[in-house]
Amino acid sequence: MTLTDIIERCQALYDDLDFGYVDEWKARNPEGKAVGYLPTYVPRELIWAAGCLPVGIVGGGDQLEIVKGDACFQSYICHLPRSVVELGLSGRLDALDGMLFPATCDVIRNLSGIWKLYFPDKYVKYFDVPHNYDSRIGGEFYEDHLHEILAELEQLGGRKVSDDELRAAIRLYNENRRLAGEVYELRAKEPWRVPATDCYLLVRAGLILSPDEHCAMLREYLELVKLEDRPLRDNARVLVVGAFCEQPPLDLVRALEFAGCYVVEDDFLLINRWLGDTVDATGEPIHALSEAYLKTPAETSSRYVDDDGRKGRYLVDLVRKSGAEGVVFAAPSFCDPALLDRPMLQAALDAAGIGHTAFKYSENTGQLQPIREQAGTFADTIKLWGTA
Amino acid sequence: MSTKVVKEESMVKQKEMIADHFKKLARAKEEGKKVVYTFVPGNLTELLLAFDCLTVHPEINALQSGMRKKSGEYIAEAERAGHSEDVCTYVKCDIGMLMKGNIGPTGEQLPEPDLLLLSYTGCYTFMKWFELLRERYDCPTVMLQVPYQGDGEITPKMVEYVSRQLREVLVPKLEEITGKQLDEARLQELLASSARSEENLVHVLESAKNRPSPIDAYFGGVYYIGPLFTAFRGTPAAEEYYRMAAEEVDQRVALGLGPVTPEGQLENERFRLVTEGPPNWTHFREFWKMFYDAGAVVVASTYTKVGGTYDRGFRHDPSRPFETLAEYCLGCYTNLNLPDRVNMIADYVRDYHADGFLINSVKSCNSFSAGQLVILRHVEEKCGKPGAFIESDLVDPRYFSPSNIKNRLESYFQMLAQRKGQKVTA
Amino acid sequence: MKCYVGIDLGSTTTKAVVLDEDGGILGRGITNSRSNYDVACEVARNEAFIDARFQLFERELSAVGLGQLAQGFLDDLRQAFRLEQHLAELGELHETCAINGRNFSKEKRLDAALAQIFGTLAEEARDLFGPGTERRSDFFRDIAGSRYMSLSEEIAGDYGFEFEELLGLYDKSIITVENHVSDIEFQDQLGRAVEHTVETAGLIDEEQKRIKDALHSVIPRRLLPVVSVGTGYGRARLPFPKEHIRSEILCHGLGAHATFPGTCTVLDIGGQDTKAIQVDPEGIVTSFQMNDRCAAGCGRYLGYIADEMNVGLHELGPMAMKATRSVRINSTCTVFAGAELRDRLALGQKREDILAGLHRAIMLRAMSLLARSGGVEEEFTFTGGVAKNEAAVAALRELIQENYGERTINISANSIYTGALGAAIFARRSGRGEVDHVGATALEGGLVG
Repeated sequence: MTLTDIIERCQALYDDLDFGYVDEWKARNPEGKAVGYLPTYVPRELIWAAGCLPVGIVGGGDQLEIVKGDACFQSYICHLPRSVVELGLSGRLDALDGMLFPATCDVIRNLSGIWKLYFPDKYVKYFDVPHNYDSRIGGEFYEDHLHEILAELEQLGGRKVSDDELRAAIRLYNENRRLAGEVYELRAKEPWRVPATDCYLLVRAGLILSPDEHCAMLREYLELVKLEDRPLRDNARVLVVGAFCEQPPLDLVRALEFAGCYVVEDDFLLINRWLGDTVDATGEPIHALSEAYLKTPAETSSRYVDDDGRKGRYLVDLVRKSGAEGVVFAAPSFCDPALLDRPMLQAALDAAGIGHTAFKYSENTGQLQPIREQAGTFADTIKLWGTA
Repeated sequence: MSTKVVKEESMVKQKEMIADHFKKLARAKEEGKKVVYTFVPGNLTELLLAFDCLTVHPEINALQSGMRKKSGEYIAEAERAGHSEDVCTYVKCDIGMLMKGNIGPTGEQLPEPDLLLLSYTGCYTFMKWFELLRERYDCPTVMLQVPYQGDGEITPKMVEYVSRQLREVLVPKLEEITGKQLDEARLQELLASSARSEENLVHVLESAKNRPSPIDAYFGGVYYIGPLFTAFRGTPAAEEYYRMAAEEVDQRVALGLGPVTPEGQLENERFRLVTEGPPNWTHFREFWKMFYDAGAVVVASTYTKVGGTYDRGFRHDPSRPFETLAEYCLGCYTNLNLPDRVNMIADYVRDYHADGFLINSVKSCNSFSAGQLVILRHVEEKCGKPGAFIESDLVDPRYFSPSNIKNRLESYFQMLAQRKGQKVTA
Repeated sequence: MKCYVGIDLGSTTTKAVVLDEDGGILGRGITNSRSNYDVACEVARNEAFIDARFQLFERELSAVGLGQLAQGFLDDLRQAFRLEQHLAELGELHETCAINGRNFSKEKRLDAALAQIFGTLAEEARDLFGPGTERRSDFFRDIAGSRYMSLSEEIAGDYGFEFEELLGLYDKSIITVENHVSDIEFQDQLGRAVEHTVETAGLIDEEQKRIKDALHSVIPRRLLPVVSVGTGYGRARLPFPKEHIRSEILCHGLGAHATFPGTCTVLDIGGQDTKAIQVDPEGIVTSFQMNDRCAAGCGRYLGYIADEMNVGLHELGPMAMKATRSVRINSTCTVFAGAELRDRLALGQKREDILAGLHRAIMLRAMSLLARSGGVEEEFTFTGGVAKNEAAVAALRELIQENYGERTINISANSIYTGALGAAIFARRSGRGEVDHVGATALEGGLVG
């Protein structure tokens, strides 16, 4: 394998709107089931431990033609649910035996109901998360909820899941997130080595590949990439935020880099790094997953920041940690979480003296010229004056 | 004529109640009353009243700004301050109003909150709304998370989660803010009073099963739900209001009268409709007129269940104060899953003998709107009656196109007429 | 004779259909919609009555055994009549320009300039309306307008004018002419056209006389509209009583059913809205959906594209048909249409391929509307201005095949008149006292107003 081979493999997985890998995996694991999930976060450990392949469904990108999906949504609703419905109704998700819809926003929430209406024979679950971070209150509710989902997955998978299996899954995903984090760290340190699209594709592959396979891929990449020498360009270092659910088209990510921005941190595909490798793999596993969720300092728009926290502090810390020189707010059109959060985050950045710019996109945005120009201007501003 | 006067009595009563409430709010600071901002769905009025707190509902401010034609300017103000044109206009209207001095509907300034009670029920945006307000006020925020009925049921675990938050988070915070201990007996009295009002509200809403319906359960319905959905649940004033309303409605049924519209008594009930979705507030009268001019009466609506699904049997139960409040929050309409909403609308069409149903899809509210087109098809399939679909917004005047909406409504009413006619001749 | 009229007042064009007592189509008329709805309605109706007159000619000629002559002869007659009409309108425009321009200073030689322009226009008109000719548009504004522009640009300087001055004069005057409805001259014009056509048709004397007699017997015959029903986007502003107004949904459903009785699903794409309608075997609407508040994917979108490419709207379809591959276009937002197009041209994509993609994108929007209304059932009827666009039709066929399988797709050459036809059928039902529940409802409930 060369670096190119790895990225090509990732690109092929990315391009495959029929999710052929799921069929291959099932052929190799005749007892196994596949369970899809939407952004932002679900505990994949439960799915994997139950003998199921977790499959991240983050939309149809810019190559899927939407017919049936548009019939379900008004023009003022974001694009992701259209393509997800299109994927579902066109049979492309038939290999999935269940779907989890996390509490990201009201659109994804309602999509869980749409799925129940359209696919009454499949396992469809709304996955709730706590906004009360007290282990005795929010934690207890969340643990109950995780137990409930585990029981349902056990039923789907046709077998009981032991605590040891859960702990093994936790270890595997800890490792997976640690490796993904390592790619991110490397990119933050030496962004010329890890192009934004490579990083994206690599992490994106983790949404469909089995975690062990993905871990192997990440390890191989990390080994090879250090040997590769790529030219350093005079780019500005930016952090991209707001793209945690509906994904920007790959061309948009590429356009940012071409426009003179090294993406050194982002919130694409958060699930691959959310919680890091912090989940305790030794104690009671459900409790460990719950605690990791409750206590994570990581913020995203879908998660309530209580009075003890301070909105935007996490973002400012992340800018510092990644060495970003400015922040690009890239939000999907009509994305309530990202767009309602934006003024608060911008205020936090302003207070910290961090420059920022903002635009909207949809997963099938075809017009990149305005974004290229905007990102280019932003990068120039940073390079000329050190700050935007 | 006499019925019209009686009708006005309950309306007058409600107006007085609201005016009185805003007067109290204006004097709150000087009288040392604590002010809590909170939302209509999942509101905990009895609990707040038990602590003698006064409530402000930002959605109500926003809708009243809409009706007073102020919302356009407020929204513009918020958008100038960096809020996206894509997001909820209730939020922007509220923030714009705040930026312009927070002048309430009676012309008096609203007091600043002592507590932001984030009753996180059935609407994701609520969370962002109070995160945004928190940036502007120096007061604590309490998050009361109400889990969504993803599987279409309220489980004991959910009730426990909500009631524990009430007991262990909200009550201590209210005690801290007000310096008072919770008087549980007082809370129970308030809850008992609520249940009596709720009984009468359901009586009023269900009167629409009569032919002709004595009420319009959407445009008229928003008045009927007013006191129970806002600051008055549990109060003697609310009890009196609902007693009056129930009596008025009984009288109208006895006389075979239709609903009262802004232009007087509706004489000829031609179409009976069920509606889904909130009304538009900036053109409320104009919108309503499109219905009553065509002889269309709304006999049941889901919007009148956002502050509680009382017609499905729920009553506040004073014997289990916290659990009952939890169940109340969990049962609000926007907390129901889509299959349940489909069932509810289809049941309404059947139980209220409707000719069809109409979805007013508002741009602002994804909780309502995302999936309404799927609801439309499924309800049609379930009840065999045709649905109509129109689009507007809550308080953004830019999103109400009268000619467009009228065109659709007219087409729909004519289609209903044609279909009804076909049946007669067949 | 009694007749029934349906008027469809759309955002771009106003259409009229006249039915006879037996429900047969007597005539169709179309004009561009304008700010004055009464006039648009009046003009379309007059056009339909003129068309009806030709239908009556044909019937009369058949009745006297001259049916075999009718077709070619009537075509020529129609051209001759159009020419008469056109010349009359040119005359009126000339006069109006003279009046509106009376305040120009004396150094500017308005009369001479107008004489030259209108002289040339009149001369050229004979070629425009010669036998067998076709025009890019049949609207007076379009035919006269572009020529007037180029002529004034050429000669303005010769008479002391700025081009813009003559242009302004035209803009001001054309409205007056368009908004002036006259049918007093109609019989004269028709009479002259008959004389001219008969004489140049190379007929033997005896035939000439029989034709003339037959035609002259038709000219004074009165058409009495018993009931007129209005529909279309601007219907509420039509000068009709409430009970004679129908929604375009009902009219399109019924019109499509009347044209193709097997119709179950109707798609209508007009200038500003798209409608998907399901009808039962009687033509009664069972469900419908209209595009949401934005006009993305409607006919107007193609208009923007045509403007952006600086070609005629009717040229888009043929250009798109020349595509070798279809470029994927993801946005049909009218606001961004121009930008999208320029972006893609800048990327080096072929104009034809982009156009093919645009047509498919529009039809995708229509497909989702169809899905919202309940899908595409057998048979499927496509109406509205966009149904004339071959690339749009090709894209639609493809998409229906892909999503619903084999379906009969009906497209009538007169599909633009579908709404007006439905309205005319409602008018006839109402005029004959047939039970029409919608009418009764409208009357009692007062749907409009």
